[in-house]
Amino acid sequence: MARSTTERKAIRSLVWLLVIIVALIAANGASVLFNNGQWTPKLALDLEGGTQIVLSPQIASGESVSQEQLDQAVAIIRQRVDAGGVSEAEINTQGGQNIVVSIPGTPDDETLARIQSSAKLEFRAVLTADLASNTTAGQSPTDDAEGDAADGEAVDTDTDTAPEPDAEPTEAPAPTATPTNASDLAWITPELQELFASFDCASLDVVGANVAPVDEPLVTCEQDSSVKYILGPVEVAGERIVDARSGLIASSTGVTTNEWGVFIEFDGTGTQQFRTVTERLVTLSGVQNQFAIVLDGRVISAPRTISAITDGRPQISGSFTEETARILADQLKFGALPIGFEVQSSENISATLGVSQLQSGIIAGIIGLVLVALYGFFQYRALGGVIIASLIVAGVVTYLIITYLSNQQGLRLSLAGVAALVISIGVIADSFIVYFERIRDELRDGRSVDGAVEAGWKRAFRTILISDVINFIAAVVLFLLAVGNVRGFAFMLGVTTIVDLIVVVLFTYPMMQLLGRTQFFGGGHRLSGLDPKALGAVYRGRAQFRAPVGVSTVKVASSSREAQRRQTIAERKAAEARGDGKDER
Amino acid sequence: MSRFTQLGNDLYTGARSFDFVGKRRLWYVIAAVFVIVSIGFTVLRGGFVFGIEFRGGSEFRVQGTSAVEEGNAAATAIAIDAVNTVVAGSNPRVSIVGGDSVRVQTEQLTPSETDDVRRALAQAYAVSESEVSSSFIGATWGADITRSALLALVVFLVLASLVMAIYFRTWKMAAAAIVALFHDLIVTTGVYGVLGLEITPAAVIGFLTILGYSLYDTVVVFDKVRENTSEDGVESRRTFAQSVNLAVNQTLVRSINTSIVAVLPTASILFIGSVLLGAGTLRDIALALFIGTLVGTYSSIFLAAPFYVHLRANEPEVKKQGSRPRVVRTESGAVR
Repeated sequence: MARSTTERKAIRSLVWLLVIIVALIAANGASVLFNNGQWTPKLALDLEGGTQIVLSPQIASGESVSQEQLDQAVAIIRQRVDAGGVSEAEINTQGGQNIVVSIPGTPDDETLARIQSSAKLEFRAVLTADLASNTTAGQSPTDDAEGDAADGEAVDTDTDTAPEPDAEPTEAPAPTATPTNASDLAWITPELQELFASFDCASLDVVGANVAPVDEPLVTCEQDSSVKYILGPVEVAGERIVDARSGLIASSTGVTTNEWGVFIEFDGTGTQQFRTVTERLVTLSGVQNQFAIVLDGRVISAPRTISAITDGRPQISGSFTEETARILADQLKFGALPIGFEVQSSENISATLGVSQLQSGIIAGIIGLVLVALYGFFQYRALGGVIIASLIVAGVVTYLIITYLSNQQGLRLSLAGVAALVISIGVIADSFIVYFERIRDELRDGRSVDGAVEAGWKRAFRTILISDVINFIAAVVLFLLAVGNVRGFAFMLGVTTIVDLIVVVLFTYPMMQLLGRTQFFGGGHRLSGLDPKALGAVYRGRAQFRAPVGVSTVKVASSSREAQRRQTIAERKAAEARGDGKDER
Repeated sequence: MSRFTQLGNDLYTGARSFDFVGKRRLWYVIAAVFVIVSIGFTVLRGGFVFGIEFRGGSEFRVQGTSAVEEGNAAATAIAIDAVNTVVAGSNPRVSIVGGDSVRVQTEQLTPSETDDVRRALAQAYAVSESEVSSSFIGATWGADITRSALLALVVFLVLASLVMAIYFRTWKMAAAAIVALFHDLIVTTGVYGVLGLEITPAAVIGFLTILGYSLYDTVVVFDKVRENTSEDGVESRRTFAQSVNLAVNQTLVRSINTSIVAVLPTASILFIGSVLLGAGTLRDIALALFIGTLVGTYSSIFLAAPFYVHLRANEPEVKKQGSRPRVVRTESGAVR
């Protein structure tokens, strides 16, 4: 009953394959229904169009960036992007040190500048402040995105996105800075005063325009360009913050109020420094009573000083909402990043270019598939059909896996990934060829088609397995170590290698087992690709052959089938005994 | 059946046999010539031509312009003039991408220069400004890719060598495969160096993919070698070198078929990539792979297997086999 056992095994394999496919379809269906998934894989920016910015950390050689630092940086940058009202931006770390920001479409210059500036947080005393003239004109048209723009007094995430012409400050009379004995106001030189008077908040958009050394005063604006400031030198650096969180402020009696605030905690040095600052500031009045929290050269908040903070745990109150309080807390906490980032590349791909590239990739794939199919038919006759069927199954499984990962893991198909998929057609077809050639070798050794399908499989599978393992190692190494679009390529290569194994085990092999039982293939029909006569199998002995006796084709066609089958039974037993003994896998 | 099948039969039985192992010195010389030419000409040319990702700079793409129809030279001249109105004395690289796009690469520009060039290009090509995209690439980007590519290369070599050494149970096969791999890498990059083709990150992807493919091909051949040589046993009448040679011959049809099947999709990407898209990711990946696949097939047959024989030639057991009378080969009428 060997025959029916083989058949049953083959059918069981095919059922398993079906189960896998159905499960993948179900998983995709579930994410479409419940998770906003879709039936097509998401596309990367180079296919969809958009802007991709790669930031690399600025670190001294020999130093390395920790994952935690990177995660913090990603959090900050995400905020910055969201602050511009851009939705659907993707921010990822890459290669253990770079940060990749992918934004669909073309972001405005301001968003770009914000992403590209480095996260540096510092506390400076306010020397003088003035309303920048035209704040209303500076309202962003895109600020209603996530509801995170609120009118907090201390922080406003809605940074000015107005183009240059808007923010032209009227010549406000410069406040006369009366020098006092406090070291602070002595910083305001006439030049600085002049700079302040003519300072245009819009110039902050230019990256690096308002970077001042830590020991010098800084002219800058509130994030939303509503107020401009002259600030003293840095008194506390952002790194001194140990923790910052938002919460409801408790009154002096300990009753929780409805007012949101931000709680900061400094480290030892920071506590010391902050005490010195607040002890001085609390005695001052007017704007000089304020200290400014400066992130990336912009004032994100300038709270007044009500009392000297001696324990290093100040709390900032104001007209915060829960959201704005949280954002400020995050900015304080994460803005204190000890690493800055530099733009490594910034690329803008128009959507039309992306679409045409995707189309080209698909066309290349179809051409490749057709060529492989033609070659398959040419070399292996009807077996070419098995190659095509296997490739189609591989294609379906790959597509489902990619779509699933796209829905679940945010995988995006890039142009390099498309190239990998097209190239994998050849690699996957290689496996079938390795198997078919093995079957032919076995036929040449004089086995029946049945026996050759089995014996050939044992040997071919070993070869396919080891070469797939090598390929998979290549893919994994590339994926883990490489940067940029190499990763997308490597990922697809890895996926297709696994799919190759699945398909060859669960589809090609069982199909061959089943086909081997049909008259056409099992009988070695002339067009089956498994014709033992054409393969020179006459005398059964290993590596010893005699040329086929010249018999007319018609005669052979009619007689060889029967002859084959007869020899088969005896041969199969011998083959099984031989094969099993040797191929212990 | 086709003549190819007949050839396959003859190769399998040994009725026909190409002497891959015996003439190994010739193959070594050929491989050495390839390698020397690759390295020598590349050096003579002044090294590789690196893409903008490695040099750093600004890049503009003008889409949907009809200027390309008037000929590449004319379209190129427009770009050079436009860029020079903004940055005098600039020497931009201009290439036509696909049917109606122009790619202009310049040295690194300031944000305001970038805007000006965009405007100038839009005007010069009579397209709206939104059809001109700009990008900027820092010079460290390519250095980063190179560093991680080299790291990937080393890690992969170590892992793959280990896996092969364990699978084949001899380090010599792994060594032979790695030698062939290096040959493939050098010759493929050499084609870029000799022809002065631009090395882009996409080309680097291609080079790295050759790693996988080159070994894949070699492993298929070696698997048969291992099978044949382990079958030989003590009483085999074939010498070790003959066993290996038979194995290579027996897998020759398979090697050719798998290589053709691997090359076909690559070639279609290369075709589509160059004809429809011009310079770009698809073409760069495909070109490297196309060359690499062909070279990889060659090296598996002509280099890896003979070199493996070479490595084992001095083993006492193999030597003993070698002293046996060479009966089989003359019997089966090997073609030399």
